Amino acid sequence: MSSSHAGPAPEAPKGPVSNYNVPGLRSEEAPGWRADQIDVDEMILNMGPQHPSTQGVLRIELRTDGEVVRAARPHIGYLHRCFEKHSENVDYPGVVPYTDRMDYVASMGNSLGYALAVEKLMGIEVSPYVQAIRVVMAELQRIASHTIAVGTYGMDIGAFTPFLHLLRDREKILDLFEWTCGARLLYNYNWVGGVSHDLPEGFIRAARQFLREFEAITHPELMDLLIGNKIFIKRTAEVGIVAPELGIAYDLTGPNLRGSGLTFDLRKDEPYCGYQNYDFKVCVGEGQFGPLGSCFDRNWARALEMAESARIVSQALDALEKMERADVHEKVPKRVKPSKGEVYFRSEAPRGQLGYYIVADGTGVNPYRVKVKSPCFTAMSIFHVLARGLYIADIIALIGSLDVVLGEIDR
Amino acid sequence: MTAIGQLLHGLLPGQPDWLVVALAGLIPAVLLVTFMALGPLLYVYAETKIAGFMQDRIGPKRVGPHGLLQTLADAVKLLFKEAIFPKSADKLLFVFAPCLVVLGAFLSFVVIPFGSRAQTADLNVGVFYVVAVSSLSTVGLIMAGWASNNKYALFGAMRSAAQIVSYEIPAVMSLLAVVTIVGSLSLQDIVAFQKGGLPHWLLFRYFPLNVIGFLVFFTASLAECNRAPFDIPEAESELVAGFHTEYSGFFFAMFFMAEYTEMIVVSAVASVLFLGGWLAPLPALQQLGPIGLGPVWLLAKAWFLVFVQMWLRWTLPRLRVDQLMHVAWKVLLPIAMTLAVVIGGLVLWLPHGFGLWDRIWGWPLTLGIFAYLAYGIVRAVQWSRHRIQELAA
Amino acid sequence: MDAKSIHERLAQRFGDKITAFQPEALQPFAVIAADAIADAAAFAKSDPELAFDNLMCLSAVDHPKETPPRLEVVYHLYSYRHRHSFVLKVHLPREDAHLPTVEETWGVANWHEREAFDLFGIVFDGHSDLRRILLPDDWVGHPLRKDWQDPDFYNGMHVKPTPQMVDRFLAGEKIGVGPFDFTPPNRHVE
Repeated sequence: MSSSHAGPAPEAPKGPVSNYNVPGLRSEEAPGWRADQIDVDEMILNMGPQHPSTQGVLRIELRTDGEVVRAARPHIGYLHRCFEKHSENVDYPGVVPYTDRMDYVASMGNSLGYALAVEKLMGIEVSPYVQAIRVVMAELQRIASHTIAVGTYGMDIGAFTPFLHLLRDREKILDLFEWTCGARLLYNYNWVGGVSHDLPEGFIRAARQFLREFEAITHPELMDLLIGNKIFIKRTAEVGIVAPELGIAYDLTGPNLRGSGLTFDLRKDEPYCGYQNYDFKVCVGEGQFGPLGSCFDRNWARALEMAESARIVSQALDALEKMERADVHEKVPKRVKPSKGEVYFRSEAPRGQLGYYIVADGTGVNPYRVKVKSPCFTAMSIFHVLARGLYIADIIALIGSLDVVLGEIDR
Repeated sequence: MTAIGQLLHGLLPGQPDWLVVALAGLIPAVLLVTFMALGPLLYVYAETKIAGFMQDRIGPKRVGPHGLLQTLADAVKLLFKEAIFPKSADKLLFVFAPCLVVLGAFLSFVVIPFGSRAQTADLNVGVFYVVAVSSLSTVGLIMAGWASNNKYALFGAMRSAAQIVSYEIPAVMSLLAVVTIVGSLSLQDIVAFQKGGLPHWLLFRYFPLNVIGFLVFFTASLAECNRAPFDIPEAESELVAGFHTEYSGFFFAMFFMAEYTEMIVVSAVASVLFLGGWLAPLPALQQLGPIGLGPVWLLAKAWFLVFVQMWLRWTLPRLRVDQLMHVAWKVLLPIAMTLAVVIGGLVLWLPHGFGLWDRIWGWPLTLGIFAYLAYGIVRAVQWSRHRIQELAA
Repeated sequence: MDAKSIHERLAQRFGDKITAFQPEALQPFAVIAADAIADAAAFAKSDPELAFDNLMCLSAVDHPKETPPRLEVVYHLYSYRHRHSFVLKVHLPREDAHLPTVEETWGVANWHEREAFDLFGIVFDGHSDLRRILLPDDWVGHPLRKDWQDPDFYNGMHVKPTPQMVDRFLAGEKIGVGPFDFTPPNRHVE
């Protein structure tokens, strides 16, 4: 029974069970990938779950003819931690730490999306003070996330140094976060109805200091050293071209879609959390060095977005300075118990549109169903389409440009 | 008989000639190998420190004062590591491959002149020997990739073979230009041709043609050593470790050692051929009293080129396989061939270079460009320090 | 276009297949019959007025306590051209849930449907490659269903430590090591 036949899972075999003897479920038996079906001069190369540059535990099977890839098949699920099942067993505020752990590189964005979704379901409106804090945190997190994205992308291409320069700035952001809420990576910060900790005294000054250093030194150096580097351009500007229609059909979102020239940013088009009060540009790939929609363009969108996020943060800090300090726990309900209903809310996480589909059944304090549409999941689904005809080195360039974090794909 | 041979003949009178000759060849070779085998300790430390400073961090600093013993600790660790043999690896080739790679790196030292008489063997086909022997490591790499029974290693080996073979040709062509000017393949003769101080170095003959030749040779030799931006055979982020994926313990240390030795070899060859070898920029600096400073000057020049190689590694990303081939065959090779032909023709017409043009304009222009670059770097460092102080206020 | 007009446009074409429409919900949705979903998807994408070129999310929800007990597949649609969104739902029986795939319309549905199959056991007819995506290849069962019981054994290994296991261990029985056989698929057999 070949596994491409859509059938329910077979019964559990009795007796000694082997991982590899269950008939019909081995992915190696799918058509086109069996050992007797590949050409004589083709090779199946496995970029296995442990690999320095697959951004997590991702396994990609490549059918290659020498260096040229004829077909690619990604296998995910190595980091599946049953987030959706867990979220049915804890209460609404208890889901927030679980959301942090999905895209662990950009946790603020995950919990923000979830908190906003539940608030929309319950009809809670937070104060402008809390909104401004949330924007500051989300945009700082966006800068921090893009440093990882662009830095590791450069490292995969072979430029080791910009990664460390960017990480230096990420450390500064993480220090700011640690000062505020005590955690460097997984914050449990955006609660339903508010945030967990108010900004400490002196935060605004320190954040402005960081922004000055970032905008004056790190960002120009990054553009010079990495983005403007001829070898980097040659490696990325003709690879992985995504036409806008293909991107939309495969639900590429965020910088991935903006790299194809589409000016769509949820912060501008469906603003939430007070983003309509800030003035910023939507960064789009321009195709200066090759066809529009290449890996370079996606990376370009991310690199420019860092500077735009810095602008948003300074505007939000200005707004915060004018407001008087309010109680951040003011609207946090004692018991989060929404009435029966459902909501799908999407926010602009650093990796794309993060969507939460929350179903509440009106009884009990646990969510009935929380489904997460993670941007990296859909970005990875386009991989097998784009990978045909690329060199193995380009496969690495492609994965890096899609900016996948396996925690978010597998949840 | 070489100088050492005469010395030994004096020390051991009455011994048969063949013994003296054998010892005269063996002792310097052993000394040289020992000395050069300790080199990678220094170069790895330099690389980690330079990488650290370029990446805005410090590098090793705990093991020994300023981290000087870090490489020693790494070497000891590698020695103690279990040398894992993949079960279906070809045993003989697996063990032999690193030996061949190391051999290919070390054999070239035999002809490098460290002084007017401090040379293990003054072969009259010195350049030819160097080129030939450095190709041994290619064979070793392919053996390593094949014997590992690992698709990644095979990829790395095939890429490496293609790369080294392609870049061998522009390298040799640019050397050909130098050999045509000097008229001899012997490295000692080439150095002797450059007597007279900085303006007489071969880099500045037929200015700027030999500068182009030097750059071609330097680029091609980066590819020979599998250094970035040509390090796809060992591209860490793609093939885990390329051809030496399956090697651990001391075999890996041998590959590592061979890579750094190869770096110093090509730097030494480049300095001998273009930068005057063991000659000082000013003839007055050649001797410190009775002690000849030849080795010091050669090592200084070679170490400077090694530093430039490391600098390039930490700055530039990696070229893809086909782009690498493009650079070798469509960019470097035409330049090198044209250079060889043009210089070959010029030698017939103007045997000593462009005369006054070289001696008066060549070296100041080149040195001026380098000084300008160095000045730019110093200014950039000062500016960034100043900005940081400004922003902290 | 707002939700009502979208629903009208869909109802013009698929009138009898749309079994319910809920305009008062926070995000209005329409329930469509299972066999019509593929055509509805194609129509929604190709129709110039609707132009739903993006499938934002495909989720499956298990409602065992409803009358009748059902599995829902929820399609969140979005149009980049017209900037409007809509929700389509399909109600399926909990046993033997089948519905046609929308993979040809939106390529991203490939992976979403694999996930729904993996976690809920919903079979998408016509899917090119319906196999498990998140869980291991030899996993048995569909965990996100509400009647899921954690298995005690996986490949011969105990999954959850239970008090009885402690008792049996203290009585001398060998616990935690089941009869299993790990044979990697590419092992050379001589």
